[in-house]
Amino acid sequence: MKSVIADQLVKTYDKGRVRALDNLSLDVEEGTVLSVLGPNGAGKTTVVRILTTLLRPDSGSASVAGIDVIKNPEKVREVIGLSGQYAAVDEILTGYDNLVMFGELYHLGKKQAVIRANELLERFALTEAAKRPIKTYSGGMRRRLDLAASLIVKPKVLFLDEPTTGLDPRGRQEMWGVIEELVKGGVTLLLTTQYLEEADQLADEIAVIDTGKVIARGTSDALKKQVGGERLEVVVEQANVAKTLEIVAAVSGNKASLDEGLRLISAPVSTGSAALFEVLKSLDSAGIHALDVGVKRPSLDDVFLSLTGHAAEEKRAENDEKKRGRK
Amino acid sequence: MSAINDVAIITRRQLLLLTRVPEVLIFSTIQPVMFVLLFRFVFGGSISTGQPGGYVQLLMPGIFVQTVAFTLAGTASGLAEDMKKGLIDRFRSLPISQSALVVGRTLGDSLLNIVVLTVMGIAGFVVGWRPSAGLGNVALGFLFLLFFGYALSWVGVLVGLSASDARVVQNVSFIVTFPLTFLSNAFAPTTGMPRILQYFAEWNPVSTMVAACRQLFGLKNKFGATAGSYPSEHPLTTSLIYMVVIMAIFIPLSLRKYRNSLD
Repeated sequence: MKSVIADQLVKTYDKGRVRALDNLSLDVEEGTVLSVLGPNGAGKTTVVRILTTLLRPDSGSASVAGIDVIKNPEKVREVIGLSGQYAAVDEILTGYDNLVMFGELYHLGKKQAVIRANELLERFALTEAAKRPIKTYSGGMRRRLDLAASLIVKPKVLFLDEPTTGLDPRGRQEMWGVIEELVKGGVTLLLTTQYLEEADQLADEIAVIDTGKVIARGTSDALKKQVGGERLEVVVEQANVAKTLEIVAAVSGNKASLDEGLRLISAPVSTGSAALFEVLKSLDSAGIHALDVGVKRPSLDDVFLSLTGHAAEEKRAENDEKKRGRK
Repeated sequence: MSAINDVAIITRRQLLLLTRVPEVLIFSTIQPVMFVLLFRFVFGGSISTGQPGGYVQLLMPGIFVQTVAFTLAGTASGLAEDMKKGLIDRFRSLPISQSALVVGRTLGDSLLNIVVLTVMGIAGFVVGWRPSAGLGNVALGFLFLLFFGYALSWVGVLVGLSASDARVVQNVSFIVTFPLTFLSNAFAPTTGMPRILQYFAEWNPVSTMVAACRQLFGLKNKFGATAGSYPSEHPLTTSLIYMVVIMAIFIPLSLRKYRNSLD
């Protein structure tokens, strides 16, 4: 059973000049997690906004939990939870006030709303901060509260739009922990992200989007195979380039490539830090001093580079949207 | 019924915000009270009104109207702030009445006006304001003021939803509201203005509101109004028409903007 279906969605801005979505189709199987991965401006937020009834597509159709998003937006709103890029909670009010208010807006009644608020605060480790205004919260705490607000009525489908963008590493780890818990509980989740690592960690399946289209789709393993895992990178003086190429190729077991301008030698590796250690040892015994050396995990840029042949770029559509304050 | 419930929850949120940030309430009260004192004591001595009780009797309705006119700015900047923070998205993704957020906000802002007008009334009384009309008419005057503020609040909804930045909204609203309140009979006779401005001031809703309040508070208002024109002869009716027209235009426009604000 598909819980989310988007079929041939088109959305344009500026009288058709900017195509934010260009016949985009995707679906999410019930009880699974789909991560929509793409750079800023690829159309991630636009998809989420259409699926959560905040935006009408120019053409195409979409359904959530079997309900048509365009024809029955009111019904869709009853079964979804949405947590956006900006923690959309009232900064002046306390965490508790916010959750009770949203509970009441979900028509739980005051008593139930209070019970549910306390449950969620407990679950997201916010009980201690419950009576403090949101503006005193850290970025991670805000996001957790925002997520809690989207879970008040146990939604059938949850949408998280870049849940960790702008968080520090610790906040990100905490957020991942919380989302993993949810996923274990069997929620159907559509999550957007700019980070391959995040998609990898949380999703069953990944849809890579670029300029409003899905350009690749599959499990994280399948995508990585396509992209080709980690790369060992070494920067040396010009005089040592030839010798280093040999050493890196030997450690990697693959052909090493050279960026002449940067004097950067790189090759795919599968052993991570072991390869790093090995290459340092070999360089040392050859008397070569490396200016820089490291193992680089494939980033979104690498995925893009290998899928599209161009680096991930910021596109205008979504930036314009930001300027208009529509997120 | 659930729509009414939704509106009530949002209105309560507005009030809760006021109790959490008492500065808002304090400053929205201090400013008009300051105006009362400044105008009363700076101009009061030099403007002769030929009115028993002096300038303050004419001044108070003017300041009341000016204050409720600023509801426009309050509503607009509050909504723009909510938009910026993504709160509007959150509300729109909830299974609630789609107009609850804006209706609740306009009602909340009107409740704030009740508090502010009460405090101003007391301040006015302290410095010599004594409406000579009966209690019923005075109450009607205040009702008029609240209604006017409520109507302008809907203009604020449209401004707030259309704007890109909360600070811009604040500035724009002030730039619009200030001239409107000063190009009127609120603080000084319009007879001293250049002719074209007199004409504007005469038809300015602020003037008709001020004149209507003066009438309800028991004054013979001819404070600058050029006698004989429809608005100066029938300020109550004209004001009422203005308010109804403003709401008839701005409520549907604002609600449509809210529903489609994201297309």
